[in-house]
Amino acid sequence: MEKFENVSGVAAPMPLINIDTDMIIPKQFLKTIKRSGLGVNLFDEMRYDDKGNEIEDFVLNQPAYRDAEIIVAGDNFGCGSSREHAPWALKDFGIKVIISSSFADIFYNNSFKNGILPIVLPQEQVDVLMEDAQKGSNARITVDLENQTVSATDGTEFKFEVDPFKKECLMDGLDDIGLTMQKVKAIDTFEAEYGKNMPWV
Amino acid sequence: MSAPKTIYDKIWDAHVAHEADDGTCLLYIDRHLVHEVTSPQAFEGLRMSGRTVRAPEKTIAVPDHNVPTTLDRAKGIDNEESRIQVEALDKNAKEFGVHYYPVSDVRQGIVHIVGPEQGWTLPGMTVVCGDSHTATHGAFGALAHGIGTSEVEHVLATQTLIQKKSKNMKVEITGSLRPGVTAKDITMSVIGHTGTAGGTGYVIEYCGQAIEELSMEGRMTVCNMAIEGGARAGLIAPDQKTFDYVKGRPHAPKGADWDAALAYWKTLFTDEDAHFDLVVTLKGEDIAPSVTWGTSPEDVLPIDAVVPNPADFEGGKVDAVARSLEYMGLEAGQKLTDVEIDTVFIGSCTNGRIEDLRAAAAVLKGKKIKDGMRAMVVPGSGLVRAQAEEEGLAEIFKDAGFEWRMAGCSMCLAMNPDQLAPGERCAATSNRNFEGRQGRGGRTHLLSPAMAAAAAVTGKLTDIREFEGAA
Repeated sequence: MEKFENVSGVAAPMPLINIDTDMIIPKQFLKTIKRSGLGVNLFDEMRYDDKGNEIEDFVLNQPAYRDAEIIVAGDNFGCGSSREHAPWALKDFGIKVIISSSFADIFYNNSFKNGILPIVLPQEQVDVLMEDAQKGSNARITVDLENQTVSATDGTEFKFEVDPFKKECLMDGLDDIGLTMQKVKAIDTFEAEYGKNMPWV
Repeated sequence: MSAPKTIYDKIWDAHVAHEADDGTCLLYIDRHLVHEVTSPQAFEGLRMSGRTVRAPEKTIAVPDHNVPTTLDRAKGIDNEESRIQVEALDKNAKEFGVHYYPVSDVRQGIVHIVGPEQGWTLPGMTVVCGDSHTATHGAFGALAHGIGTSEVEHVLATQTLIQKKSKNMKVEITGSLRPGVTAKDITMSVIGHTGTAGGTGYVIEYCGQAIEELSMEGRMTVCNMAIEGGARAGLIAPDQKTFDYVKGRPHAPKGADWDAALAYWKTLFTDEDAHFDLVVTLKGEDIAPSVTWGTSPEDVLPIDAVVPNPADFEGGKVDAVARSLEYMGLEAGQKLTDVEIDTVFIGSCTNGRIEDLRAAAAVLKGKKIKDGMRAMVVPGSGLVRAQAEEEGLAEIFKDAGFEWRMAGCSMCLAMNPDQLAPGERCAATSNRNFEGRQGRGGRTHLLSPAMAAAAAVTGKLTDIREFEGAA
């Protein structure tokens, strides 16, 4: 996985709550056996009409937000299905950071595995950033992972929390499986003992 | 003496293979269920890095999302991408030597129905699958949850998952349910109460008299939708019903192993005074036959209610409700029992088990679906289908005008040809009413199997308590 670099850029405002993974990437695009190429179908049914034409009002179709690297979203972003196609599509589009007052559990974990940083902030701070994001290309939101800060255009800075292990994996671009493989002895030992105690498993 | 523990604490503690200083754990996985949609990239990852499946004997694969459910499906899958995905699972299962139930096998079905049916799912286990409805297996007192594809690859390679422990939440349903009220109404009412983010960060233990009184099928329905409440997992303490259900299944322990397993399973209960970080209590007798009106599973109301007004909500929900009502083509104040439907779907990992089909058939016996109604029953597995045929349920469905299909996920998520057209309105026994879930522009009302059957007859969302001939 590539290392996470700090981001300073345009943020797309998506104030709708409960944006689910069916919205992020509808099921007809889950038939791929690859991880790449899903960006064009990100938010497909909100972004295109049934003839495939762009829907002008949709935020990522507006000129200011076409190259957005950040999304500021309503509560409970990423709820629903476990499909990792959701972060794959966001990543492929160019989204590096999502800011919300809460995320669904599986989506939150899936994001880190793909170099996307989901940031949880209190609602009133999300509201400030949402308002900022609505200024389009006149606004720049800056995310500093090392110092765990998000800054609005006017410099207002918010601190965010992130699990230290997840942070390290993002900053160093670490591969989870490789890390776990270093602990294979612990797994072997556990498995042997466990198998003895619970032979039916 | 150690501190009192919840079932979740006990199962967690029994599976920690490694714990880092910061509390990050490697959790050992007992059963890894695999389907065709979320696994191809994981198997490909193994291949690229020269890794193998660490425990193929604990890995069970079955195609379900893409498979056609029409009777002629032996001829193959028309949609090329779907076909490639199922073929990839055929190939990966063979190459990596995992247990496999191909489309042609009578035991094939929805992965969350096949697992329990074959005795793969047992109390006290950790069960994962690249599918959010893995929560279903919690009905057995197992810790079961959905994972993403990167985690699928991680489990395939290491038989562990990198995890931090969730908090404990108790959802207690006291007393008994009233007539016409089912497990589906319990689980939907809980989500209506807590919201879809109410369980985020928690593992839920469902308990109380109404839960104890449910069959194993009903308990699976309840746990299935724990994810719709945002929880990592939902589980229920195993009891005699659990043991009776498990005993004799193909992969359940036998002989001395059974005795040892049973002795262990009987320790899987929440200790008195164990700590819960959050407790929600509902009275069983307060739960009504329920239906969703919006595009989030939290948009639940009793069937005798009216469509709500966006102005009755607060915060971000005001806009979300307005958007939902527009999408659903509903007006605030409209009676839910006046909402006309044109499609009925009975099936899914939520309500595709034999008991669900029995409940629907009991309503349909001797009746016909409304003219012009499209109605289908998609059994959760080939074995559920066979049993329903043996019990005469299939004939009842067919006589009523339902299509009697082969097993699969089908119209729950519409990855196969079973889809809604724009504007079509479906009474569905599945688990998600999201925009576009059952097909672009399709409108979904979630409800119980009996209520779905009644709606097929009347052509409208129907209060099962007032339906003629209802049990």
